[in-house]
Amino acid sequence: MIRRQRWLGPVMFMPAILYIAALVGLPFVMAFFYSVGDVKVGSVGYHFVGLRNFISVLHNPTFQIAVRNSFIFTITSQILVLVGSTTLALALKEAFPGRRFLRFIILLPWVAPVSIGSIGWKWILDSLYSVISWVLVRMHLVKAFDTPVWLGEPKLAMMSVILVHTWHMLPFATVILLAGLTAIPKDIPEAASVDGAGFFRTLFQITIPMMLPIINVAVLFGMIFTFTDMTVIYILTRGGPYDTTQVIPSLAFFTGILGSDLAEGAAISIFLVPLLVVVAYMVLRSAHRAEVT
Amino acid sequence: MAVVETRKLTKVFKRGHLGAVNNVDLESREGEFLVLLGPSGSGKTTLLRMIAGLEEPTSGDILIGGKVVNDLTPRERRIAMVFQSYALYPHLSVYNNIVFPLKAQGVDKEGQRKQAEWATSLLGIQHLFERKPRELSGGERQRVALARAIVREPSVFLLDEPLSNLDAKLRASAREELEQFQKRLGTTTIYVTHDQVEAMAMGDRVVVMSQGVVRQIGTPTEVYDEPADTFVATFLGSPPMNIIPAEGVIAGFRPEHFLPPGVAERMGAHVSYDFHITHSEYLGAERILYGAIQGGPFDQHRVISRIPATHDADLADGSVHTFAVADRDLKFFDPQTEKRTTVRRLPS
Repeated sequence: MIRRQRWLGPVMFMPAILYIAALVGLPFVMAFFYSVGDVKVGSVGYHFVGLRNFISVLHNPTFQIAVRNSFIFTITSQILVLVGSTTLALALKEAFPGRRFLRFIILLPWVAPVSIGSIGWKWILDSLYSVISWVLVRMHLVKAFDTPVWLGEPKLAMMSVILVHTWHMLPFATVILLAGLTAIPKDIPEAASVDGAGFFRTLFQITIPMMLPIINVAVLFGMIFTFTDMTVIYILTRGGPYDTTQVIPSLAFFTGILGSDLAEGAAISIFLVPLLVVVAYMVLRSAHRAEVT
Repeated sequence: MAVVETRKLTKVFKRGHLGAVNNVDLESREGEFLVLLGPSGSGKTTLLRMIAGLEEPTSGDILIGGKVVNDLTPRERRIAMVFQSYALYPHLSVYNNIVFPLKAQGVDKEGQRKQAEWATSLLGIQHLFERKPRELSGGERQRVALARAIVREPSVFLLDEPLSNLDAKLRASAREELEQFQKRLGTTTIYVTHDQVEAMAMGDRVVVMSQGVVRQIGTPTEVYDEPADTFVATFLGSPPMNIIPAEGVIAGFRPEHFLPPGVAERMGAHVSYDFHITHSEYLGAERILYGAIQGGPFDQHRVISRIPATHDADLADGSVHTFAVADRDLKFFDPQTEKRTTVRRLPS
């Protein structure tokens, strides 16, 4: 019995370890390996080239735009997600007829494959057939021949990409915050109301501070998902127009896979690592420090 | 200071179902310690929450200081409440917990400090100011909750089983302390409990509730000695009052009034029964004797007797003795309504 238990544990662990090693660990090591070599799609040899790829990437103006965009994309969408999900979580906590249905509807963007959702948005934001433009024309806010080209103008394209990504991330954060919110005993807000606190005082001095640990978790996940994501950008704008919506992951993909320069693509994606380590460390630390009831 | 009054107050949670609180008429007196006592599900907490403004009445009125407050929010009612869980804000220090109601009221920093020091000095917890609630013991939490309640000198105190989270030993001292504390402040207090000992010990008057209805309102002596119906008679007192259905009437007498030979003879007019003791409990200060009446009109009816442990008669299990109840200790109830009726003779 005891002898059997000695190997049973490791065996049960094996699938998980293999999975992580093969699909996360190996590609990660290979990315490091490629980034200091001269590998291209179809090339056979490997030559160590030191930091040449990194230097070339740092001098690339498109990379500089992508870094800036990555921050704008992540920070703006996370602020929107945070405000939106807090509001939604507070609203969905209350009992009202149709709450279950509404919860389901709000979860949909997260459950539906992001590519399908993004393709839907591509039509919504189309230069000719956009329903948003149609509505604006009918409301006489814009002229029919002068509708905004949502995905074709740099500023509008960035806004569109951020909004679609926010739409996609919102349900996840809402569900996490809703869980945090329902964990607050109902006595606490009741005590606050008896103590004379109004809605906003209760919200900002009691509810949100008590939710802070869970908000941190939601932000941590949100930032990591956003920093590393390129689906929405790939489908909506392909980084365009003129690379103005390019972010680090999409640039790495276009350079390394579509542009065949595996080495430089790997070098670009390696730049994500220190960023993500810092983000993860900061948020984990603050989550650890925050009061947990 | 203010008087709390309810008029025909009713709360129905599910339409078509029996109300949690039904037509409750209640009037507290100035500075009074009023206890709402009842088993769980009797509606006492719902009643308190309606007074606090946390629950909306289905019908009826709530008056505080003579003014109808039905449509006022809890903050506008100027009441303070201590919750069963204490509901301290876990992320705030003790000091910030206590001054929270003052901040909400817009009291300046100076005033907050002064009031907090006054409230905490009454409760002896100034040294805890910097602590967080999770670093406090149960008794300390209860005091912080009390300090938070009194800090803005509310017109009414509402307390929802504030002692039920304390261990038994602490509860007795906290009970006495709380009572003294209320007397000193003189604030009208409504206190919810299911513990009859708390109710009897602390209440100026006790409101006995069952199934959403007020069964009796009276001083502890009144509700114990002159119960309005069989529910009050059996709910108060431990062990409960002996209830015996006689012809056309229900008779009741408390175990401590069902007394052994030798005592009975000295108490004037009385009725006596042969009491067959089946088993007994020795509780230190007293003995509880369980058994049944033997012979006569109430043959085999189970009754309980409670006698001081100092009574040295030999009352062994299995033995039969003639026990007696004084006429003045017999209570009679109507068999239909179970309410008190006039005194009668009881066949022995």
